[in-house]
Order: sequence, then C-alpha cells, then structure tokens
Amino acid sequence: MTTTPKDLKKEIADICKACGNDRSRLMDIVRDVQEKFGCVSDEAINLIASEVSVHRVEVESVVSFYAFLSKDQKGNFVIRVCDDIIDRQAGSDSIISAFEKELGINCGETTADGKFTLEKTPCIGMCDQAPAIMINDEIVTNLTADKAGQIISTLKESGDPKKLVAEPGDGNNGNPLVNSMVMNNIHQKGEIVFSEYVSGAALKEALSSSPKEVIRNVKAASLRGRGGAGFPTGMKWDFTRAAEGDKKAIICNADEGEPGTFKDRAILTECPDMVFEGMTIAGYAIGADTGILYLRGEYAYLRKFLEEKLAKRRENGLLGKNISPKKRLGGLLKSKSAFDFDIRIQMGAGAYVCGEETALISSCEGSRGDPKTRPPFPAQKGYLGLPTCVNNVETLACVVKIIEKGAAWFAARGSAGSKGTKVLSISGDCEKPGVYELPFGTTVSEVLEKTGAKDTAAVQMGGPSGTLVAANDFGRKICYDDLATGGSIMVFSRDRNLLEVVDYFMEFFIEESCGYCTPCRVGNVLLKDTLEKIINGKGLTTDISNLESLGKTVKLASRCGLGQTSANPILTSLQNFRTLYENLVKTDETGMNPSFDISKALKDSEKIAERKSVVYTTE
Amino acid sequence: MGKPKVATASLAGCFGCHMSLLDIDDKILKLVELVEFNKSPVDDIKKFTERCAVGLIEGGCANEENAHNLQDFRRNCDILISVGDCAIMGGIPAMRNGIPLQECLQKAYLEGPTIYNPTGKAPNGPDIPLLLDKVYPCSEIVKMDYHLPGCPPPAETLWQALVALLTDKPLDLPYELIKYD
Ligand SMILES: Cc1cc2nc3c(=O)[nH]c(=O)nc-3n(C[C@H](O)[C@H](O)[C@H](O)COP(=O)(O)O)c2cc1C
Ligand code: SF4
Ligand code: SF4
Ligand code: FES
Repeated sequence: MTTTPKDLKKEIADICKACGNDRSRLMDIVRDVQEKFGCVSDEAINLIASEVSVHRVEVESVVSFYAFLSKDQKGNFVIRVCDDIIDRQAGSDSIISAFEKELGINCGETTADGKFTLEKTPCIGMCDQAPAIMINDEIVTNLTADKAGQIISTLKESGDPKKLVAEPGDGNNGNPLVNSMVMNNIHQKGEIVFSEYVSGAALKEALSSSPKEVIRNVKAASLRGRGGAGFPTGMKWDFTRAAEGDKKAIICNADEGEPGTFKDRAILTECPDMVFEGMTIAGYAIGADTGILYLRGEYAYLRKFLEEKLAKRRENGLLGKNISPKKRLGGLLKSKSAFDFDIRIQMGAGAYVCGEETALISSCEGSRGDPKTRPPFPAQKGYLGLPTCVNNVETLACVVKIIEKGAAWFAARGSAGSKGTKVLSISGDCEKPGVYELPFGTTVSEVLEKTGAKDTAAVQMGGPSGTLVAANDFGRKICYDDLATGGSIMVFSRDRNLLEVVDYFMEFFIEESCGYCTPCRVGNVLLKDTLEKIINGKGLTTDISNLESLGKTVKLASRCGLGQTSANPILTSLQNFRTLYENLVKTDETGMNPSFDISKALKDSEKIAERKSVVYTTE
Repeated sequence: MGKPKVATASLAGCFGCHMSLLDIDDKILKLVELVEFNKSPVDDIKKFTERCAVGLIEGGCANEENAHNLQDFRRNCDILISVGDCAIMGGIPAMRNGIPLQECLQKAYLEGPTIYNPTGKAPNGPDIPLLLDKVYPCSEIVKMDYHLPGCPPPAETLWQALVALLTDKPLDLPYELIKYD
C-alpha cells in the first residue's frame, strides 16, 4: 500500500473528525483506520492520540485488546476460520490446511503480496451452518476444503467478497442491504419473538401509559433477562429509573459471543424493528434518551440493514425528537408522554468478554473491553457515568409482546419460575441444527427429538460457561430454575471425545480472559495444564481433586462473570462425567510426578553442551 | 525412637530461606532439642544416613542436580515442604523461563556488559550440572506435601510449622505471618 505520511495524517484527521474527535468514539475511529489501512500502526496510533487529545497508551490499549484490530499490516482480505468446537468437529482443520496450501502461508500469516491474511477465530455465530469463515465482513458458510481454491481465485479476480454469495440465504438475508449466504434456519417459531407484530403499535400503547406503568407491566409479566443471567428485567429498569440523573442510557447487548449462540443473529435479521421498539419502550420506561445497539464485529454484515431500519424508524417518528407514533398510526397521543430517544450502533471488534455488561460499557466508551468493578452497578453509573440499563436482544423483543398482549398473557406462557418462550440456537450432532423458539420448561429430550439428534452422549447447555449435561439428565427442563441457557445448546454424539471439548473450552476462556485478575488469568491456565496432564495419561488421582479445588477458587475469586464461570467446563464434566477422568488417572505411591520428563527437560542442554547427562540416563 | 530427623536442601535458591530458618534466634537451641538434622547444609551431612520425618526444600529446580536431589529427598522423607517462593513457583530464577536456554547462556557468559571470558564459551564439563529447559517449581517434579510462602518465609512461620508438624498439633499462623503486601 502506498500511503504517504501526509496522506495518513489527513485521512486519520478526517476519520477522527467524522467521529467528532470524541475520545469515547475511539472504537469507531480505530475500526475505521483498521479497515482503511489494514492496520493501526504505531504512527497511526500517535496521530489518533493527538487528534482526540489522549495519551497514545489509551489508543494502543484499545488496538491491542480486540482480535479484529492489529498493529501489524493485515492483508486486503482477512480470512478468519472459525475453529470453535462445532466447527472443529465439522472439519475446520481441513479448511485451514486447504487455505494454507492455497495461499502458501501458515495460519496467522499474511501472503507476501499483502493480499491475504489467514487467521483462526472462536465461534462466529454460524454453528448451524459450520464450517463457516469470515472474509472481511462477509460470511461464508457450509464450507468444504475443496472450495478454498475457488474462493481465493474469486477474490483475486473480483476483489470483492460479496461475489462469493451465489445465492443469498432465507428471509432478510436476501435483503439487498444484507445479501448474505447466511441462513436463518428458524425451524420453530413461537408466540412471542418470531410472531406477527406491527411496527409502532406497542410503542404507542406504552406511550399512552406512564413509564411507571410500563415497568409495572414488565414486572407483572415476570420477564427475566434472556442474556444468560436471568435477572428480572422490570427490577433492573426500576433501579435505572430510580437512579439519580436526568440523562440515562439503554444498551442492547448483541455481542452474542457465547460459543454456540446464534439466536440474536436470527432475531436481528428477522425482527430488528421489534428489538428497536423494545429499546425505545425501555428508554421511555427508564427515562433514557440514549440507546446503543452493541453489535458484535462478526455481525458487521448486518450493519447497513440495521442502520436503514433505524433511519426508517426516525422517518416514521418512532425515534428521534418528540417521538410520537401517532403520525403514522393515527392514534391519539397525549403530548406529555412524547419523548426524545435515539439509537446508535456500536460495533464490537472480536472480544467475548465485551458481552459482559460492564466490559460492554467500557467498549462503548471507547476503551479496552475491561469489566468494571461493581459497585457502582451500571444502573447507578454506567455508560459515560449515566445510569445505564443493559438488556439482551431477545429480552427487548419480549418487552414488545408484553406491552402488546398484556402481562397476564405473557405470564401464562412458560413454566412456573420462567415465563414466556426461549429462543434456542442448537448446533452439533443433530439433523436439524438451527433456531427454535420453545416455551420455557421444555426438556432436553424434547429438544433432542425436535432436532433429530441421535446417540447423544452429552449436551452443552448455555455454552462453555454453562453445564455439560449427561444422558441421565436429559429429562431436565430448560428454565432458570433448572438448566439455564442464554440460548446455546451444543449436542455431542457418542463418537465425540468430551475431554477434548472441555480442553478446547478452557483454551477459549484463556484466550478471551481480559487478564485483569489473577484467578482468571492464571487459574484457567493451571486448570487447562492439569486437564491436559490427565488427558495425556500423566495425571494422578490427586489431580482430580486439584482440578476441583482450583476450579472452585477461580469461580469464587474472579472479578467478573467470565472467570466466575470459566471453570464450569471442568467442574460440570467432573460432576457428570467423572469416570472419563477416573479412567485416565493413576494412583501414585512413589511421590514422583509422572508429568515431569527429564529427557525432555535436558534435551536443549545436552545439545548445547554436546554431552549426555552424567546424572540421568536420558533418551 | 530418637528425635525426629529433619533434612534440608537449597536447590535453585539464594540460601535466604535457610538464613530465615537460622533467624529463629535462641529457639535454635529448642530446635536442636526437638529434632536431629540429617542431610542438610546446616550440619554439612551430604548424604542421607537415615529416613527423615521432614524435608525442607528451598529453591526450585534449575538443573539436573537440583532435580536429582529433590527426587532423593522425596524417597527419603515422609513429608516434604516447599519453603519460600522459589520452591513453590520457581521464583526469581524462573525469570529465565521465557527465554531460550542458548540465549540465556550467551547473555550470561559471553555478551553481558561486565563479562570477561577469553574462552569465548559457556562453562562446560562433566562436573557442571546441565541446566534444565526451564526452572521448575518443586511440585512439578515430585509431590510436595506443604507449601510455606514468603521470600523468605519469616523465621516464626517456619518455626510454627515445624513445631506443629512434629508435635502433631494444629498449625496456628497468625495473619501477620502469612501476609505479604
Ligand atoms: C463473559 C460474559 C459474556 C456475556 N455475553 C453476553 C452476550 O453476548 N449477550 C448478552 O445478552 N449477555 C451476555 N452476558 C450477560 C450480560 O452481562 C448481561 O447480564 C446481559 O446482557 C443482561 O441482559 P438481560 O438481563 O436482558 O439478559 C455475558 C456475560 C458474561 C459474564
Ligand atoms: S474474571 Fe477474567 S475476564 Fe473477568 S475481570 Fe477477571 S481476568 Fe478479566
Ligand atoms: S524464596 Fe526468596 S529467600 Fe527463599 S530462596 Fe527464593 S529468593 Fe531466596
Ligand atoms: S460458528 Fe463455529 S462454533 Fe459457532
């Protein structure tokens, strides 16, 4: 690339200016620079720092944090192969090797002509159409190794990843603004999320009552958060409303990073208006004028489409100043309830921890995605210090139906402690992976039957941070009081090596830990090392109890939800698949640690000294 | 049954932990009443002559002799205690763990700013133990029964631990003895 220093200076000044030289928009700025120049070089970091008047370390810390940003020059096309567990089992290594061969580079490298970079990435939310890859913002699904050559030549010839879309996917994936080969695979629609709905109707209804009434309704419906933790939504809104300050914010969490989760992608593709309407109602209820949709970097292909939906809503008076759906809908609206509210989209850049609400807020503020120490809770002091409510995509969609159909209607669905439906994203060893909206209380077996799963050995409920469920527990129910899930359900058949799955999940958490606190940063590494010792047949009976006690420590002492759940793959597999471990470990009476390999430890030394050990006989 | 036997070793440590042991002042007299030292730099016994109740290990394992010595301790002691941060996790010597061995030797014996080494080679010979690829915490080589953290652990901590162990009483370590910041 031939960018002169002068060009760089001007381009960066322009990019920063387009973001108002605003420090809190750093994410957008560095993303734009990355896109334009293929990297955020040291020089670019200096320039950005001076444009937005911060120290360079603040810019550099953002660049170094996110997987999709880099100081090193990336190719024009960055190919990111999902090598998360579902894709691994679907053959992602053969895909990686095919690209390596085709491009003549190793994974992680860039071709000499600067055209292609090949990388691995954790779950990109396409598990039902694995193996899947990203090429810049474009998604390519259902890949086989033999297609690598064709893909590279198309890119070389056309220079446009869009050209890879031979036939667009179903539903709005075919919308010209999306035009992606991604499939929704919605195999079962329910009464709440994937149901008929008229844009603006629920908002109109909400505006005809007071914010307090709206909150009362959401409480009466017993709506609980769909993002994983299941916190009562009405209560969260109440806290945010009650917090001091005349300005407040609502953030819709569309980071969807938990491996195996792709339901928010389907919701945003098919029901974006509903989600935005839910946000607007939330804004009205808590008294917020700022709305942010935090969209994970992997879903950038939906951005234009979503931007257009927002623009339409502004045109229709459903967003912006003096929101009053009456214009279009002919309803009567008391002026006292007209309010100001707008939504912007904040793009993420490849960081699982940013789904954690305080990390998400840091990211929206233009910082590294570091979780924050609580208290203060976001409801008291969140985005830029404003009382902030963070809700999942699906939670906000549910709000619309609660307002439309009434709290009682909603509360009549689902199970005792978990009202309504849950949108599940199911992947792995089953015939019909995809999205299913099912009432809470559905059992695991029912899910397996619906998806045509056979010979199932285990189900990973709620992603790596959830529970590995064994067959004798398939009668358990999906709900907050039994098996909770943010939506991810991965099915593993009897042919799968479950300890390998657990091992991969630990690798995932190690990679995604923000590194702030020791239990998570170090503990997860120690857990994985011990697990691998066992997998390699070098483990002792005591290693099992070591895993258990260390796992509990990591859970107890970590600062945020990532570390508080990262030991779950080990802890829940120990609980439900203990024999897998027990069959591999030895009991030891000698006190010698079998994982210590003296030959290996002396290998370098013997080579350097050009002699053999006189103390040990080595190989 | 005579007095319980205690052995000690300094592997890749600085002898600071042994110094701390000697720092129990006049209690050293009580200690000698309580135990008998076997293999230890304290009495300069080089080889185990009897099985010992307790082995105190200072330092991690940086070379083959350390590893061999530690394994010897494991075979000859009922209970092994990692004394100090080096034994527990490698400590300062483990700072080399991120650097390839060849590079370490190069820097230490040939390139360092204060080095005078006309041979142009790192020292080598059968009487010089070979370095391990990295500095290992003791527990990665043998089973360690207890860990006493600190750099070094305070004399009183060592004393309390030994007494508790040898008299079969619960260990009472007040907060001040295990607080390190
Ligand atoms: C490591 C981590 C990742 C998370 N990822 C997501 C996510 O991708 N989407 C989401 O809605 N919630 C995620 N959460 C939960 C959020 O912190 C938060 O609880 C949720 O967005 C609140 O919305 P809700 O109450 O509507 O569920 C994550 C939590 C942790 C600890
Ligand atoms: S638990 Fe992990 S991700 Fe969370 S703050 Fe600590 S290091 Fe960061
Ligand atoms: S722990 Fe401290 S005092 Fe003990 S050997 Fe190591 S450096 Fe020396
Ligand atoms: S897209 Fe690969 S595991 Fe989800």
